[in-house]
Amino acid sequence: MTTNIRYKSRMVKSGNDTNDKQYVGFATLPNQVHRKSVKKGFDFTLMVAGESGLGKSTLVNSLFLTDLYKDRKLLNAEERINQTVEITKHTVDIEEKGVKLKLTIVDTPGFGDAVNNNECWGPITDYTDQQFEQYFRDESGLNRKNILDNRVHCCLYFIPPFGHGLRPVDVEFMKALHEKVNIIPLISKADCLTPSEVKKLKDRVRDEIEHFGIKVYQFPECDSDEEEEFKQMDKELKECTPFAVIGSNTVVEARGQRVRGRLYPWGIVEVENQSHCDFVKLRNMLIRSHMHDLKDVTCDVHYENYRAHCIQEMTSKLAQDNRTDSPLPILPLPTPDVETEKLIKMKDEELKRMQEMLEKMQQQMHEKDQ
Amino acid sequence: SSKNHPEHLSSYMSEIVPPEVRPKPAVPAKPSHVAPPSRSALFGYIGIDTIIEQMRKKTMKTGFDFNIMVVGQSGLGKSTLVNTLFKSQVSRRSTSWSRDEKIPKTVEIKSVSHVIEEGGVKMKLTVIDTPGFGDQINNENCWEPISKYINEQYEKFLKEEVNIARKKRIPDTRVHCCLYFISPTGHSLRQLDIEFMKHLSRVVNIIPVIAKSDTLTLDEKTEFKQKVRKELEACGIECYPQKEFDEDMEDKSDNDKIREAMPFAVVGSDKEYQANAKRILGRKTPWGVVEVENPNHCEFSLLRDFMIRSHLQDLKEVTHNIHYETYRAKRLNDNGGLHPISSSGQDTQESNL
Repeated sequence: MTTNIRYKSRMVKSGNDTNDKQYVGFATLPNQVHRKSVKKGFDFTLMVAGESGLGKSTLVNSLFLTDLYKDRKLLNAEERINQTVEITKHTVDIEEKGVKLKLTIVDTPGFGDAVNNNECWGPITDYTDQQFEQYFRDESGLNRKNILDNRVHCCLYFIPPFGHGLRPVDVEFMKALHEKVNIIPLISKADCLTPSEVKKLKDRVRDEIEHFGIKVYQFPECDSDEEEEFKQMDKELKECTPFAVIGSNTVVEARGQRVRGRLYPWGIVEVENQSHCDFVKLRNMLIRSHMHDLKDVTCDVHYENYRAHCIQEMTSKLAQDNRTDSPLPILPLPTPDVETEKLIKMKDEELKRMQEMLEKMQQQMHEKDQ
Repeated sequence: SSKNHPEHLSSYMSEIVPPEVRPKPAVPAKPSHVAPPSRSALFGYIGIDTIIEQMRKKTMKTGFDFNIMVVGQSGLGKSTLVNTLFKSQVSRRSTSWSRDEKIPKTVEIKSVSHVIEEGGVKMKLTVIDTPGFGDQINNENCWEPISKYINEQYEKFLKEEVNIARKKRIPDTRVHCCLYFISPTGHSLRQLDIEFMKHLSRVVNIIPVIAKSDTLTLDEKTEFKQKVRKELEACGIECYPQKEFDEDMEDKSDNDKIREAMPFAVVGSDKEYQANAKRILGRKTPWGVVEVENPNHCEFSLLRDFMIRSHLQDLKEVTHNIHYETYRAKRLNDNGGLHPISSSGQDTQESNL
């Protein structure tokens, strides 16, 4: 399997050792990128999967401070007899401090709810593959200005807190999707567990994930020159997985403040209280520090794997058909012709050149620092 | 009137539990329905009322069997709840099974018996667990092993009953009560819940409970319970106590109250904590202690009082007089009569039935 190198964008430290003569000025590149991105806005596609009733919608609403599911109508058991797994999409534009985010939530109602759940992850793997395929076509097409990126950047998988670890359906789902999408397993409705039960369940789930060879999303390693505090936080974050979360659509009064929480006769659970659950950790990780990395891994790893796999299949088909050996894949376009192929080749080479340039620049910057 | 004639008294005494009459519990909570004694009776105390005390003594001496089955997905707290109900380590987990055992590939039936004693009364409690139910990816027909087990117990009892030389006290392994654990999703019943209860509510007394209900707020609980009741009604599922078996108005009104409060939202625990200067059973969380026996926290006490303190005997009777009789009648009709147990060549075995 090809391992793709993930380019980490290093923040250039504003040093005082800029010699005017040798200072080129492209150190401002990150800022320029930043400004352009802010203007363009970001998009992010998040999938939520798990049985019904595990608090997925509530968690999404809590994470993004929205109410995406206002008009949802829950089916009752009789209506659900013939229900199959569906894929639904909700898109919402969120703006905060001038930064725009186009957030798409992909929901999977019906997953795991039937009596016979054989292959219930089928529609979901089909969906992720379809998004990859669509992107693949668009990327190889002529007009690439407005490619829509509908690829799923992250899948939050909800594990019920009631069991003793992963159930067969959890294992099968994650194995079917771990090479197509970044999976972040969560322990849902964690307020029905005592702290020791949470710990036991987390340990159990982590062991089982390793045992079954499930590749969940890994946090990238800290840069060696990061601050100690950051490194410590990062370590704590990693040891805390899978996150045990609680969501809430209601605001309650706790300790003199109005917070998102759940009111019980025996106490109040606060969603954002770190001693109550890992919601804050999840939110920080998902939105505040790793959103970009999730997108990168989707593009650089999962999508590239899909693409490589696709191309391999196509070239092997070509070899079978005894056509001329072409270094380029002949894409399943409706009318493949020589002109298109030439254009594609040109673009590919251009991309390669740009990548080489970038590498050189990075090397130069690295040397400059030393 | 001939009501107080001594003959009437002796014919009643020959069978302690006549099938046609369902006597009220030995610990009387309600006044009897006998008409006030006529003038002639007041002039001589016969002592009929002591029968209750006699029955009580007898029950205490012989003790009784109670068989409870627990059904639900793994991890819903079935074993903990049963231990909490009977305030002893009576479930399978507590005896031999370790918590790390894997989910079985098919539904298994595992039963464990203990004799517990309280106030001089001995009870042989058998807890029947059903590991593997609802835990697979494909759970089609996973209720079949359970249904088979229940019918096998009826068959066992029937065979004993049909015997020429019958045991004085037929060992009763029939399932008197099946606690069905509903996952507290807060949305509605799952497909599997409905399938199970549809198939088994006419074969055994099912008492549905909402498991691990400390994950629901009060509003969510009320809404969920209503939803569940509606769905059960829509599917024609009748849980215990069944409306059709209410004997009289008093029964009906008592049972109506219970039916309106069901399914009970329960929490189980075998750990004790200090709260309000008392030691109570509960679950300690960072935001408070969930008190199992506090009716403001959950309905465990309601379930316990209903199941054990008032309807325990009724559960057995409905099992014996209704579910078992239904099974028996079906067997008779199916086979055109049962095979003679002893090889005496008689075809009048039916007279034994």
